Amino acid sequence: MPRDATPEPIPTNRGPTRAEAMALAARRRRRLQAWLPWIIILGTFLIWEAVVFAFQIPQFILPAPSDIAASMYKWWWPLLDNSWQTLMTTLIGFAFAIAFGLALGVAIGSSSLLYAGLYPLLIAFNSVPKVAVVPILVIWFGIGTVPAVITAFLISFFPIVVNVATGIATVEPELRDVLRALGAKPTDIIRKVGLPRAMPYFFASLKIAITVAFVGSIIAETVASNKGIGHLMILASSRFDVPLVFAGLIITGIMGVVMYAIAVKIEDRTTGWAMRGQEGQSVATSIGG
Amino acid sequence: MERPFVEIMDVAMRYGGVEGTLALKDCSLTVGKGEFVAVVGPSGCGKSTLMRLVTGLWPMTQGNVIVAGQEVDRPLSSAGMAFQAPTLLPWRTILANVMLPLEVVEPHRRRLRSERAMYDAKARRLLAMVGLKGFEEKFPYQLSGGMQQRASLCRALIHDPALLMLDEPFGALDIFTREDLWLELQTVCQTLKPTVILVTHDLREAVFLADRVLVMSSRPGRIIAERKVPFPRPRTMEDIYKPEFQALLHDLREHISDARRAGATLEASHAA
Ligand SMILES: Nc1ncnc2c1ncn2[C@@H]1O[C@H](COP(=O)(O)OP(=O)(O)O)[C@@H](O)[C@H]1O
Ligand SMILES: [Mg+2]
Repeated sequence: MPRDATPEPIPTNRGPTRAEAMALAARRRRRLQAWLPWIIILGTFLIWEAVVFAFQIPQFILPAPSDIAASMYKWWWPLLDNSWQTLMTTLIGFAFAIAFGLALGVAIGSSSLLYAGLYPLLIAFNSVPKVAVVPILVIWFGIGTVPAVITAFLISFFPIVVNVATGIATVEPELRDVLRALGAKPTDIIRKVGLPRAMPYFFASLKIAITVAFVGSIIAETVASNKGIGHLMILASSRFDVPLVFAGLIITGIMGVVMYAIAVKIEDRTTGWAMRGQEGQSVATSIGG
Repeated sequence: MERPFVEIMDVAMRYGGVEGTLALKDCSLTVGKGEFVAVVGPSGCGKSTLMRLVTGLWPMTQGNVIVAGQEVDRPLSSAGMAFQAPTLLPWRTILANVMLPLEVVEPHRRRLRSERAMYDAKARRLLAMVGLKGFEEKFPYQLSGGMQQRASLCRALIHDPALLMLDEPFGALDIFTREDLWLELQTVCQTLKPTVILVTHDLREAVFLADRVLVMSSRPGRIIAERKVPFPRPRTMEDIYKPEFQALLHDLREHISDARRAGATLEASHAA
């Protein structure tokens, strides 16, 4: 009998093996995970509709989802127009936040002197409610798009700065020594190690930054603008058109989720290496506001 | 007589101001060109500190270090270093990790682009020498600790450093992996002939690898004993069990015990 013949599998009639069963369960679980958010949203709307109907809640207190949908249909053009405005405002402010946040984060992360000097200032600045800054911006730039862009920028650069600085400042001392003993200049170390290392932190911060950027531009629009979804909601509420206010809120939420999803996609594409071997965990993020 | 490649003269190092920890005091030693020297000593005696001073990574409090006839007053420009942790870059493949020094050290830095193929082949050769053939395109997380440490050694050697500094490079490995790596390091050093300073607290490792073993006192560290290791190369694992090897181990062990006792009484008298 040949020595290398593979042994016959022990015949069983117990159906699938344990490994197969586990794989099947895992697949079912993943499918459920993908559908769960949609099921929950749908469920929430159904319960909401039922509650409004059962208790006869007047429309100007809590409109039913069907009323909100009707209002969206009726006001589709102003909603679209103003959402577009808000989206643009947010993205421009966000773009500035990325450029400025990266630069300042690299500077603070690579120089302990700058870190000591600027960090308390940044914390102080981040603690100031941005809604209090908007009137000042209006005095400087007048009512319109500019204060909204600046507010989106001001509110969203902080998480980027903190995360990039953390990524760069926490390069392992041994690795730094290896490079310095090779005659590497500080710029070499930042380029070869600091920046790539900071990327997962940076992309993690983008998810936070983009959502708070929306908050920033909408705050500014509600206080001092004649355009944008925030302005539209203020107008609607002054006319007691509560369904339209809710329509605005829901559209804002959708925009936030979509931008967040895009940031996650970019993060996965660019810094997959940071997640390997530790799936499910994510890099620490800090929240600014 | 030819001048030693590394000269350390009456070096003292105190961390953190006048009241800080005195890590080294009156520490002197020399290392010849192409020599393999091991420094052993109890933990916390200032071995890592010595490495930082020789490579110019930290300014010393007192004394002089001369490397290749030049006073060290800034980081050296092409020393290879490896530590207990492999510190590979997780976003680079093993090959790219090994080639990192070539992107930093002149003249390789200038030539890397035009002679990529040559450098690439060199890195692969080095990896093959330590048994990492076939892992060039893998990422660090796909390798075991011992394999990562092998790659880290290759990174320290890729640019043909005249000086190789190893700070307990095998400290985190199991005994079998460690012994494999001794043999591989021996082969690599016989081929490339760098000057090596190895810091370790493993006496067998020191005697197996080095031409000369230096014993350091407990803090503040200085050299209190020195033994030549006369055994011919290449040495094999069998050599460890020979009586002369064991006798040398025994002798060194005595010195370390003395150093630790002296350190203990010193601390006790400070406490009193
Ligand atoms: N960066 C530092 N700052 C202050 N003290 C330090 C620093 N590095 C080392 N020391 C102190 O110097 C002494 C020697 O440390 P080290 O050279 O790391 O010893 P070894 O490598 O022999 O274990 C220790 O007492 C340690 O606490
Ligand atoms: Mg040490």
